[in-house]
Amino acid sequence: MVPHRSQTLMDKYLKTADTDWYKQRITGVIVCALAAFVVLLIRLIVLQVIMGDEYRHLSLNNSIRLQSIDPPRGRLYDRNGDLLVDNRPSFDVNITLKDAAPLDPTLDKLALHLKTPADTLLSQIKQTRGVSAYSPLLLQQDVGRDTLASIEVNKFDLPGVSVNVNLRRHYIRERQAAHLIGYLSEISPAELKSGSYPDCRSGDLIGKFGAEKVYENSLRGKRGGRQVEVNANGLVVRILKTVAAEPGHNVYLTIDQNLQHRAEALLEGVVGAAVAVEPATGKILTLASSPAFDQNSFVGGITREQWKSLISNPFRPMSNRAIQGEYPPGSTYKIITALAGLQEGVIDDKTVLHCPGHYRFGNRIYRCWKRGGHGKVDIIKAVEESCDVFFYQVGQRLGVDRLAWYAKAFGLGSPTGVHLDHEAHGLIPTAAWKKRRTGVPWQKGETLSIAIGQGFNLATPIQMAVLAAAVANGGHRYRPLILDNIKLVDGQSLQKNEPKLIGKLPVSPAHLELVKLGLWKVVNGENGTARGSRLADIDISGKTGTSQVISRKQDESMAEEDLPVHLRSHAWFVAYAPSEKPTIAVAVVIEHGEHGSGAAAPIAKEMIKAFLRKTPVNAQVAAQKESADTANGG
Amino acid sequence: MFDRRLVQYFDWGLMGLAILIGCVGLITLYSAVTAETPAPQKVLFFKQLLWFSVGLIAMVSAFLFNYKILDRWAQPIYFGCIALLLAVLFFGKYVGGSRRWLIIGPVSLQPSELVKIAVIIALARYYSKDAKTSGYTLRELVRPFMIIMLPVLLIGMQPDLGTAGLVVLIAGSITVFVKIERRSFIYLIGSGAVVVPLIWFFLKEYQKQRILTFLDPDRDPLGAGYHIIQSKIAIGSGMLSGKGFLKGTQNALSFLPEEHTDFIFSVLAEEWGFLGSVTLVLLFLILIIWGLNVAHACREPFGTILAVGVTAMIFWQALINIGMSMGLLPVVGVPLPFVSYGGSSVLTTAISIGLLLNVSMRRFMLD
Repeated sequence: MVPHRSQTLMDKYLKTADTDWYKQRITGVIVCALAAFVVLLIRLIVLQVIMGDEYRHLSLNNSIRLQSIDPPRGRLYDRNGDLLVDNRPSFDVNITLKDAAPLDPTLDKLALHLKTPADTLLSQIKQTRGVSAYSPLLLQQDVGRDTLASIEVNKFDLPGVSVNVNLRRHYIRERQAAHLIGYLSEISPAELKSGSYPDCRSGDLIGKFGAEKVYENSLRGKRGGRQVEVNANGLVVRILKTVAAEPGHNVYLTIDQNLQHRAEALLEGVVGAAVAVEPATGKILTLASSPAFDQNSFVGGITREQWKSLISNPFRPMSNRAIQGEYPPGSTYKIITALAGLQEGVIDDKTVLHCPGHYRFGNRIYRCWKRGGHGKVDIIKAVEESCDVFFYQVGQRLGVDRLAWYAKAFGLGSPTGVHLDHEAHGLIPTAAWKKRRTGVPWQKGETLSIAIGQGFNLATPIQMAVLAAAVANGGHRYRPLILDNIKLVDGQSLQKNEPKLIGKLPVSPAHLELVKLGLWKVVNGENGTARGSRLADIDISGKTGTSQVISRKQDESMAEEDLPVHLRSHAWFVAYAPSEKPTIAVAVVIEHGEHGSGAAAPIAKEMIKAFLRKTPVNAQVAAQKESADTANGG
Repeated sequence: MFDRRLVQYFDWGLMGLAILIGCVGLITLYSAVTAETPAPQKVLFFKQLLWFSVGLIAMVSAFLFNYKILDRWAQPIYFGCIALLLAVLFFGKYVGGSRRWLIIGPVSLQPSELVKIAVIIALARYYSKDAKTSGYTLRELVRPFMIIMLPVLLIGMQPDLGTAGLVVLIAGSITVFVKIERRSFIYLIGSGAVVVPLIWFFLKEYQKQRILTFLDPDRDPLGAGYHIIQSKIAIGSGMLSGKGFLKGTQNALSFLPEEHTDFIFSVLAEEWGFLGSVTLVLLFLILIIWGLNVAHACREPFGTILAVGVTAMIFWQALINIGMSMGLLPVVGVPLPFVSYGGSSVLTTAISIGLLLNVSMRRFMLD
């Protein structure tokens, strides 16, 4: 029943849809469906009948292929723009199985060029599974120019074989800042599945450690590719479309390459770490851990044996001691005890305590490191000469929990937040902690050990460096930074890293100045424990530390030198310089180095010297002054 | 109790047609999974065979009862499917950046497939109540709009924009079929013309790029653009009579992505040529006209709209999938009914055919 023209408008609007009306609309739908399918049919005719020949030809040897273009990975520089990590070209020999057929004669010929038995090549091919016969398969990396030339000349004789130029990571100075910079390695199936590396494919190299890992997303760049047409031999005859690769961003680290190099040279042959920080910003100038590993050995794929020997090495070269090494801070901890004591009012600048060389507490005797005692000691002398008896009493007056509160406020016991993986926490014990951990209540005598940095206390070199920087700059704790800037390839700055204040030392400026005077005397005073490390032209302030590996009472009679190496104490030195307006703060730890003054302080001194006497003129003047000084002083 | 006429009126032709398409699909799928590199995945073929048996049962179940009770069941079915979609968002399996599957024991289910039928039933119920020849006004369209948008948003959140768009297309077709009042229609078109450029203006650059690439795959020569080229080569190289069963080469090289799901048509066209692909296209056309004919023969609105909706679903999927393979339409993951691999898709299509059979065999019943 089609609505009739003569019906009123009103009727037309109120009309209920009935079967006939639906039928009419279905006719319209059928027409639409037919029209759409006619388009499909026409397209089929165009593709299969009219252009069929052309497409059949293209399909014969699957001539349209994709080749990927790897992006150059971003470079790493130090704070002065000195290149640390670069890419260098490597000539890699690939084979595309489908084009190489018949495989055996091709491999036989290729074997002559590569000077590798054909059987080896074949087994190599068989090992790589799951690769399409149409994508190139890597046979040999980094072949020499002669091999390259001989393959290129004979390439018509070697179907399916291609030599590609790829970029390989190149760490310019072997082992330099290895733990900080890190290394690359092949992406694991788990990492591929994790979704954190959306652009990566199996076989890609990604940063696995250090800055290479942390800044992976900036460094990687974006893969490009091209659609090409190839002939029957697999040679490209036409490039159809290209998407250029986007190079990764360049990363500028905060470290100073020269200082890093100096620190590593100084740590050569010992086990330990050295960290240097810029007090005003928290930027890390040096982060060295010894022994180190060779990053370049990871680039071409490390063998199982090489990895095993790295992992099983008793000196653990893969461990970054600067942020992962946890050591009792020893006497360097007295900086905290001193400031806590002053701030809490249990001592003041006039407090004088007597040190007879030991301190009786309960029925036990706690020794001072100096057998004969220090006599009358005030706070400055206590710091200068590192008098244990003085600090036993300060610690006793404070109690373990108040001391722990200060230590935590100074940044110990928790990671500094440096942008590197696996930073250790260290440990600052409280009475509650010990009860929870061991079930045994806190013994009052243990507080005495804690007050001089022994016992349960543990700190990492980077924590101590940040602490020294905070003391140096008047109490500001900055997060240690390893990243200075990320720049685009054209030099445009992308992400400038700004200093980040993470806390303030809870002490008054007057107290801080008092302790800083003591720290100055450590190096420059008559009886300073690190007097041997003073410089003529640069005032250094610092604190030595000797952290016992075994508790002293058992071996009281034994001299350090007579102990087996693994039981000897660790040597610490934290310092900053110049004392008046510090521009560098350093923490050095030498495992089993025995004494802070003997093993650690000289390294810190040399680092400070290298950093502050940058220009050759300054260095000369200083050297002259120094020799004159030694002549005078004897 | 049992009406003899049910057998008399049973639409054997429709069922035969569906089974024929299913057979073509299985043969093509066999070829696709056999050639899959690096390793053939014949297990997929047998899984699909199993799903076809399940589908057969689902199809029979879908025509045994009188479809009119769906009018009463529309809401529970709809909200049941919504609940499944919510479950996917929370418990769904995470694959390649989206959650689409619910894993129930050994079975993985894609609720967004089933929800298409739920939406069709819900809309058929609403539109069959008091339809007027003048069409629906904007105010009357608010409820259907909500019925459509709830699942569309949930599917969009997975995210599965292809299926979400498909639901919109199917629901939109039904709505246009029952007619939108002329002035309301002009308003809709007009506001669309204003809103779309406005949205475009507020999109971020990368979002614009993504949409442009979607509309023009050539902009992505390493991804979708490459897939389209390979698909076109595969189809074109089939020429008139094809390369023969299991002789396809494009397919064999895994140059075709998702060859057993989204690009299955290319496999068929390469191996069976123009003759084969025209046959499949015509089979789909016959199925669609048949479905519309069922709607035509039905003498009450609910059945008519239900039949139109189910047919629209098959129509859009076939059109989009085949059109995409030939480079006519953007690359979206829409399965070709009965041909692409996928249990939920087979199940949904089988239920649709069952519903068509249901409406068809009860066309004599007049309440």
